[in-house]
Amino acid sequence: MEAIAGLVGIDPFELWFFFEVLIGGLMSGVMYALVALGFVLIFKASSVFNFSQGVMVLFAALNFVGFIGLGVPAWASFILTMLVMVALAFTVERVVLRPLVNQPHISLFMATIGIAIFLEGFGELIWGSSIKPLDVGIPEGAVFMGDAMIQEADLFAAAVATVLVAVLALFFTYTRIGRALRAVADDHQAAMSVGIPLNTIWVIVWSVAGFVALVAGIMWGSKLGVQFSLAILALKALPVLILGGFTSIPGAIIGGLIIGAGEKLAEVYFGQMVGGAIEEWFAYIVAMAFLVFRPQGLFGEKIIERV
Amino acid sequence: MFYREAGQFKTTYAADQQLLPIPMDKWFVIAVALFALIVVPMIGSQYWLESILLPVLILSIAAIGLNILTGYCGQLSLGTGGFMAAGAYMSYKIATNMPDFLPVWAPILGGGLFAAAIGVVFGLPSLRIKGFYLAVATLAAQFFLSWLFQKVPWFVNNSISGVPSAPSETIFGVYVTGAQASPEAKYVFVLVFVIVLALLARNLVRSRIGRSWMAIRDMDIAAELIGIRPLQTKLSAFAISSFYCGVAGALWSFCYINTVEPTAFDIDRSFQVLFMVIVGGLGSILGSFFGAAFIFLLPIVLNNVPAWFGLTLATDVVSHLEFMVFGAAIIFFLIVEPHGLARLWQIAKEKLRLWPFPH
Repeated sequence: MEAIAGLVGIDPFELWFFFEVLIGGLMSGVMYALVALGFVLIFKASSVFNFSQGVMVLFAALNFVGFIGLGVPAWASFILTMLVMVALAFTVERVVLRPLVNQPHISLFMATIGIAIFLEGFGELIWGSSIKPLDVGIPEGAVFMGDAMIQEADLFAAAVATVLVAVLALFFTYTRIGRALRAVADDHQAAMSVGIPLNTIWVIVWSVAGFVALVAGIMWGSKLGVQFSLAILALKALPVLILGGFTSIPGAIIGGLIIGAGEKLAEVYFGQMVGGAIEEWFAYIVAMAFLVFRPQGLFGEKIIERV
Repeated sequence: MFYREAGQFKTTYAADQQLLPIPMDKWFVIAVALFALIVVPMIGSQYWLESILLPVLILSIAAIGLNILTGYCGQLSLGTGGFMAAGAYMSYKIATNMPDFLPVWAPILGGGLFAAAIGVVFGLPSLRIKGFYLAVATLAAQFFLSWLFQKVPWFVNNSISGVPSAPSETIFGVYVTGAQASPEAKYVFVLVFVIVLALLARNLVRSRIGRSWMAIRDMDIAAELIGIRPLQTKLSAFAISSFYCGVAGALWSFCYINTVEPTAFDIDRSFQVLFMVIVGGLGSILGSFFGAAFIFLLPIVLNNVPAWFGLTLATDVVSHLEFMVFGAAIIFFLIVEPHGLARLWQIAKEKLRLWPFPH
């Protein structure tokens, strides 16, 4: 590091600081990517832009914390919450998606906003709207890499995200259901004609998105406490989607890393010049500028309708 | 019975191309407008005028604006709140710095024009993308603009609190904006804007420009082939839509909340207006009014329902239930009437044409 600093002629300390900000940004990018993953899964399988993914994160975390609060051990709470999310997937498919088949995409999008509003009220009605701390034994210390300080919790989140993506990749590649999901993502009609039941697939994909939401909810919840702002933070997943493409799982991860690192670096190095708090919109402006040059995103399918 | 085209003969093209070619329709609309303009301010209580009618009318303007963009031109936008904020802040800046001889509506139109310019800038990505990609891109407008107006003190004349109160101004010696104005005066002032802008919108969408918007919405490639320029068409839709939103934002600040503050134009406002457009009916000016009334009144009604049944619930339980019912109502509505309230109105009119002898 010192050698590089010498080469470009800046203070090594500055470089370590840059490195630290970069790592911190990448780690928060991992968290965005976790939320974005849920969006991508559902969009691929049903072309529904699921706006409620953010609230699903909150809802899953609320349930998880709620069950722990009732004295259930963490592993059992995880299973119970997963059951709740599967039940939710069933309900959504039966009550919302099935009656809205063949409606324009915007109607389905609005319906998922309806789901988001409903879940927000429902979760808080059952478990209360106070901020709940969540501690599932995620390490909290910090490690030093050279002179840069890195939160252990962030490293843990990165590890979890890696495992999650690996598990999803294996699931999609090697299981029967995973292949069916990929078939549906490719072509709804062809998938139906070879006997893949679309309705079941939707339930499965919403359940998987519920699982991703639960993992994201636990990660975010132990970082910030389980509270309503989790649903707002999830809006940050949207520029990640644009950057990565709506249909690409690796895109969601890489997009998350770019957005996370970019906004932290921008905040630290440019934020002061314009009064700070540029984190709120920086990701969106980057995404928007990016769209002008590459409309399909980094890894999105090229068949996007050109205008 | 109440509504017949039979026997209505037109002898000139002008008569045939009127906005409302059936006299019954025409007189009905004129009667409603006059009733709203003259009778309602006399009989309406302060609560109704100030807390119900005023916000519903202002949000109707915003809904018309978004309907032009989303319903007529097919470009999904989630930046409505940002464009409303642009109108509100710019009209405040103009109102507090303009020479005295300018009329009170000048800053409001100025705010609208500023919002239109901003809308064009954020509409530029629509030339490359559409659908949900565009929707997310317009979120950039929402977040960037609300940040901009909070961080640049120039817009609020370097006011220390950052939340200045809207100036009170007069027409013919009567206060129509700000805290000093009476509810009646504000109501009439807003209603005049609503009537003029709604008429303008109705005429725009059946003119050349409106038809080119619809062509782009229905199939952009075909529209391009028959000689409609996508660039001008889309950007004009963004500009006019943002103009309506800007005027609505300025009126919201000047006549309803009486302050200029960013929290009034946050992302929830964008979604609220989008709900109004969807529930009211995409591609319908009348539907924008229905949608605005429905979405604005639903939470108020839900809030009062437990009291009607003599239930006393904790406030947080009520607000959570309100969320649940609201969300469920949206989904229910999308399922049973995907074309919105305007469609129900149309069906009622069709029925009335034949009533009482439907065969």
